[in-house]
Amino acid sequence: MLEANDLCNYYAIDETPGISKRDSIIRNFDFLEDPELIQKLIEFSDGNITNITFDIPQMHCSSCVWILENLYKFDPGVIHSEVNFLNKTLSVKFREKETTIKKIVEQLDSLGYLPNLSLDTNRDDKLKNEFKRLYYKIGIAGFSFGNVMLLSFPEYLSYTDLVTAEFQNIFNWISLGLSLPVFLYSASEYYISAFKGLKKKIVNIDVPITLGIFVLFFRSLYEMFIGGGVGYLDSMTALVFLLLTGKVFQNKTYDAMNFERNYKSYFPIAVTIKKDGKETTIPVDKLEVGQRIVVKNNELIPADAILISEKANIDYSFVTGESQPVEVFNGEMIFAGGKEIGQAIEVETVKEVSQSYLTQLWNSSAFNKKHESKIETTVTFVSKYFTFIILAIAISAFIYWVNTDVNLAFNAFTAVLIIACPCALALSTPFTLGNSQRIFGRNKFYVKNTSVVEKLAEITSIVFDKTGTITETLGSKIEFIGEKLSKDEQNLIKALVLNSSHPLSLKIASLLSFNKKLNIENYSEETGKGISGIINGKNILVGSRKFVSNKNIEENDISTNVYVSIDNKELGYFRITNIYRTGLKEIVSSLIKKYKLFVLSGDNEGERENLLNYFEKEKSLFFNQSPHDKLNFINDLQNKNEKVLMIGDGLNDAGALVKSDVGISIAEDINNFSPACDGIMDAKSFKNIKEFIRFSITSKKIIIISFIISFMYNIIGISFAVQGTLSPVISAVLMPISSISIVVFTTISTNFMAKKRGLL
Amino acid sequence: MSAILVLIGFSLFVALVFLGAYIWAVKSGQYDDKYTPSVRMLFDDNKIESEKDKHKNT
Repeated sequence: MLEANDLCNYYAIDETPGISKRDSIIRNFDFLEDPELIQKLIEFSDGNITNITFDIPQMHCSSCVWILENLYKFDPGVIHSEVNFLNKTLSVKFREKETTIKKIVEQLDSLGYLPNLSLDTNRDDKLKNEFKRLYYKIGIAGFSFGNVMLLSFPEYLSYTDLVTAEFQNIFNWISLGLSLPVFLYSASEYYISAFKGLKKKIVNIDVPITLGIFVLFFRSLYEMFIGGGVGYLDSMTALVFLLLTGKVFQNKTYDAMNFERNYKSYFPIAVTIKKDGKETTIPVDKLEVGQRIVVKNNELIPADAILISEKANIDYSFVTGESQPVEVFNGEMIFAGGKEIGQAIEVETVKEVSQSYLTQLWNSSAFNKKHESKIETTVTFVSKYFTFIILAIAISAFIYWVNTDVNLAFNAFTAVLIIACPCALALSTPFTLGNSQRIFGRNKFYVKNTSVVEKLAEITSIVFDKTGTITETLGSKIEFIGEKLSKDEQNLIKALVLNSSHPLSLKIASLLSFNKKLNIENYSEETGKGISGIINGKNILVGSRKFVSNKNIEENDISTNVYVSIDNKELGYFRITNIYRTGLKEIVSSLIKKYKLFVLSGDNEGERENLLNYFEKEKSLFFNQSPHDKLNFINDLQNKNEKVLMIGDGLNDAGALVKSDVGISIAEDINNFSPACDGIMDAKSFKNIKEFIRFSITSKKIIIISFIISFMYNIIGISFAVQGTLSPVISAVLMPISSISIVVFTTISTNFMAKKRGLL
Repeated sequence: MSAILVLIGFSLFVALVFLGAYIWAVKSGQYDDKYTPSVRMLFDDNKIESEKDKHKNT
């Protein structure tokens, strides 16, 4: 197909191009013809030309960019397609008359780039606009800062006598003209934030900043036009510019990652329903109670439903973390979020999608209100006192001078507020935490924003999910319990299990050695029970205890065991246990000294013994936890004034991750699936978790040290200010020096500490 | 001294042009995606060539 479209040099571009199409399933995209659904997917349409943006998670190399941007060669209806590689999106502009969304999606699918269609498409346009606005603001501030500074040069070099009053006047007007946009536009967000804070009776860091900017501006006006001086407009523009730089630095985000997903991102966008014997696809939100839906192999069940088919194998790992599929029989309930393994089944919905067992989790209050952690950031804590102390000093300076010289009193009062403006204070946090965030990112731990780093330092208890978090997602350990199997026996068993595609059979097969090929007679597989066959005249049974021993034993054993018998003689069983992540022992033993550790598992208690080896304390292990239980558990901990770090992986942890103070989701592939959380950690970095927590504590210490440094600058500045002898020059010098030295200090010290800890 | 005024006016004008260019660059989305263009650049030659081919054929 590539050749046909003159795109032969696709493979010449990259050494390892493309992704092989993993499956040859022809997917049914008929639902993309539904006009209502189309309306939800497209961004813009004038009835002729339409814009649509697809998420394409498979995009991974430069060849992908090339092939996707040449989409117009495959489909002439496409006018233009543009890739954003970091966001992994493709925006397509096409003529509605010549092609349809369905055709484009089919085309993409056939190329191996199946778009991730979901209705959870609140693209962060708002965020993007905010970034743009920040870039405008910083551009304007930088421009004004540079030019006002140039105009202030005569003042710095004390060439004031060279500049006549007339010139000074012109300079002043130009400076004013240049600073007005900074005062009115660039700095506006600080006013808004300060106002919002005060309204909530919180004195945040923006309050003293706003105060400083206002005093700087109005005192400059007074000095320039009444006092005959030059004012502090250069300091003001420099201040705003530096503050905005800090903001840009802090706003590092990981574009391709989504920290705000809910169940809609994972549920299918459309379902196949059966009506009057015909199969049609409809968008999932049109699904009503009482409809028959057809669920094929590996498809998610979107709403709680009753099974109509004979039986089904439902994998609830998505919901509960329980890794073994559950067998469901006709008439039994299947919960939303389960995945059918095996042949297609038919179910009848009994609840709406949004009212289903799993999705109700999102109706919980934890998801509704903007979650605010109780952890107070260091900077808000400090700024509360800082503001009052500064005001107190300013007022006492005013009172001290007011009897001798009213002018001087005003002078001192404003000078204190100007010089104390917490530029260095405000910059230390974003630069330290921004740098820490980058260091974490290099170690494949991606946090949503910088405040997560600070919250991580305050953690008092850590809650782990079991499956997929402290155990490896793929791969579990299997061992044979019983008498040692002879080579012949191994061969027999292996020959039998090779016929089955059940995951347990595959695991057993991987354990056993195999010498010669054997013919099987009378092979049969009973779903949920076991497999049997006759090889070389020997009757072999592999499966559940009941199946193998043919006795009516109630199975109380909770771990996953597969029994084996040859010619009615029971040989023993294969025990399948989870593999814990490498380094778990060290992590737990080092963390347990400082933090309260808990394990919440959706699984049964089969692993209790194993976990006790790691976690020692009996009461820190909880089994059979539903997603709601997990959420409530976190809530209880928080009510006991614990600051909770939740580490989980699946949708079943979604509630707990949102509720916790810091929720980290572990992912084997960071671009894949992860529920709403504060940070996404690559599974390989799990062993570093203790270092991450330690480093966040270090970052916090660095912030405190830089606070002390900036206080020292303030003391120097204020000692000038209270005497009323603050000249614009001192202010213009002190402000940038203090700010830049803080930036340098925080950057160097975080990098140094990271290197020392082996994180860089 | 009036030479200075002219110079200041001129330098301000130049600075404003650059500010304008910067704002235009932000507005037109050049800061939205800082990675893909670096890759796309490598393909441009091919694209133009094949487009030329098309013209030749028609």
